[in-house]
Amino acid sequence: MIQSLHQIGVITRLTFREAQRRRLLWIGLGLGGAFVILFALGFYFIYQDTVQHVSESYRSEAMRQASAMLLTAGMYVINFLIVMITVLTSVGSISSEISSNTIHAIASKPIRRWEIVMGKWLGFATMITIYTVLMSLALMGVVLIIGGYVPPKPLAALLILVLEGLAVLSVTLFGSTLLSTLANGVVVFMLYGVAFIGGWVEQIGVIVNSQVARDLGIASSLLLPGEALWRLAASCLQPPGLMGSITPFAVASQPTQAFVVYSLFYTLGLLLLGMWTLSQRDF
Amino acid sequence: MANAIETFELRKVYNETKVAVQSLTMQVGQGEVFGFLGPNGAGKTTSIKMLLGLVRPTAGSALLLGRPVSEPTARRQVGFLPEHFRFHEWLRAEEFLDLHGQLCGMSRVDRIQRIPEMLEQVGLTEVARKPLSTFSKGMLQRIGLAMALLHRPAVVFLDEPTSGLDPFGRLLVRDAIRAARDEGTTVFLNSHLLGEVEVTCDRVAFIRKGQVIRAGTIPELSGGLTRARLRLDRLTPELLAGLAQWANTVEPMGECEIMLSLPGEDRLPEINAWLVGQGVRVYALVPHQLSLEALFLQIMGGQASTEELTS
Repeated sequence: MIQSLHQIGVITRLTFREAQRRRLLWIGLGLGGAFVILFALGFYFIYQDTVQHVSESYRSEAMRQASAMLLTAGMYVINFLIVMITVLTSVGSISSEISSNTIHAIASKPIRRWEIVMGKWLGFATMITIYTVLMSLALMGVVLIIGGYVPPKPLAALLILVLEGLAVLSVTLFGSTLLSTLANGVVVFMLYGVAFIGGWVEQIGVIVNSQVARDLGIASSLLLPGEALWRLAASCLQPPGLMGSITPFAVASQPTQAFVVYSLFYTLGLLLLGMWTLSQRDF
Repeated sequence: MANAIETFELRKVYNETKVAVQSLTMQVGQGEVFGFLGPNGAGKTTSIKMLLGLVRPTAGSALLLGRPVSEPTARRQVGFLPEHFRFHEWLRAEEFLDLHGQLCGMSRVDRIQRIPEMLEQVGLTEVARKPLSTFSKGMLQRIGLAMALLHRPAVVFLDEPTSGLDPFGRLLVRDAIRAARDEGTTVFLNSHLLGEVEVTCDRVAFIRKGQVIRAGTIPELSGGLTRARLRLDRLTPELLAGLAQWANTVEPMGECEIMLSLPGEDRLPEINAWLVGQGVRVYALVPHQLSLEALFLQIMGGQASTEELTS
């Protein structure tokens, strides 16, 4: 047990260091930071305009709506960055080590295959969580400081976004134990694309009242609970009155709590599956 | 002495049709330097990978230091230099050794002491802080060797350790193998360079199609036969008859030269003493062992004539 923890820890630190050395971490943080600054500037000027042009009686309500809207839009970008960074950092994490034979020197050590997968997962999971928390807090902070807006359920939104990142991580890492880096990238983005379009089909299905469209959408989000979790997070960021229209930031049909539970099992299940597939492989 | 490596009918079949290793049964004693020889595609690398837990055997069993190879703990005291290795090239040399030391369960204190020692041994002290991506092929091979020997393993597997190395590099590998053997490490050497194997290995196994065809020390495999070429000042029928008592065969090679075939090298001094006692002047007495290359060709079914079998 202690032995396992030690080996997992070594791989986790290695994963962390790799992201750092390959500058993935810094590029991600740099891009995110640049976005937060841009967002803060934009938000500040919109806020100034609103203060000048909206009558005082209606101002606070207008500001609340504008803040919610802009925060959700900003968080959508963060959400997109999280998915991208998760996939791009972990897509070849195991497959590239297999194809380059780097794995030979690692897997021939007194380490179990599942410890390698677990160690990598934990390394990436820690980075994704830190990234998500930093970016979300920065954006929510900007909106709070400039607009004085606090979303209805900020913590829930944050946790759901973290869960989304971890779900994407699990499926990508699982693919990486099974497929080549390129094939894995194609599969993961296809799954994400299907779930993305499926999400829209579901929204439209709700509005035009088509059960088939709704079911299709829900089925697609079961393949990769990325977009659906985003919609749930978005619903935690804005007051109920704003929902109903079709934009990526608004939510006509939001997933239930059961979907969150499903996503947890999805994340855990694919992690375990990845541990198992790697232990079955010959290098 | 207990065996460091033991395999019993170890077998690997890929995709249910491609037989990589037919049925490998062999033993390697502790402290031996063991040469694993065979033509390309004989299943050497697959066999090593099965011993190291990289490939799961289809059938059969194998023990490493008395433990089944399916247990990761069997590899605690095992070092491995892979053949077509690539390491995490964004790591610095010392970080790389630190990583592998950690994976082998070395304590921090032990690593701090041992890493500079190993860097020194493979001549990479000056580049300890450089990333592996800046290393030449020879330097990578050397850092790989340092990695394999870092935790003072009881068994070390070296898969083609000298391929791509210049003569200095080969000498360094040879010295490292000797040093490891002197510390009691079992060395399992897979190499195409038979000359290397000949000078470093105590025992060799020839494998073909994943089966051990012959195994033993080089003199054992050559049937214990030694050949010796003698150059004397004269060659009389009496002398030839006298020499025939010592040797299995006596072939005259020229006016004053003969080739003897002997059961073992230890007869040479006695032959020399006898000749001197007969008043013969001995200009040359050169033992010719069957070369490993000749043995290899003979055992693997190469068309080697008897003449080519002597070096």
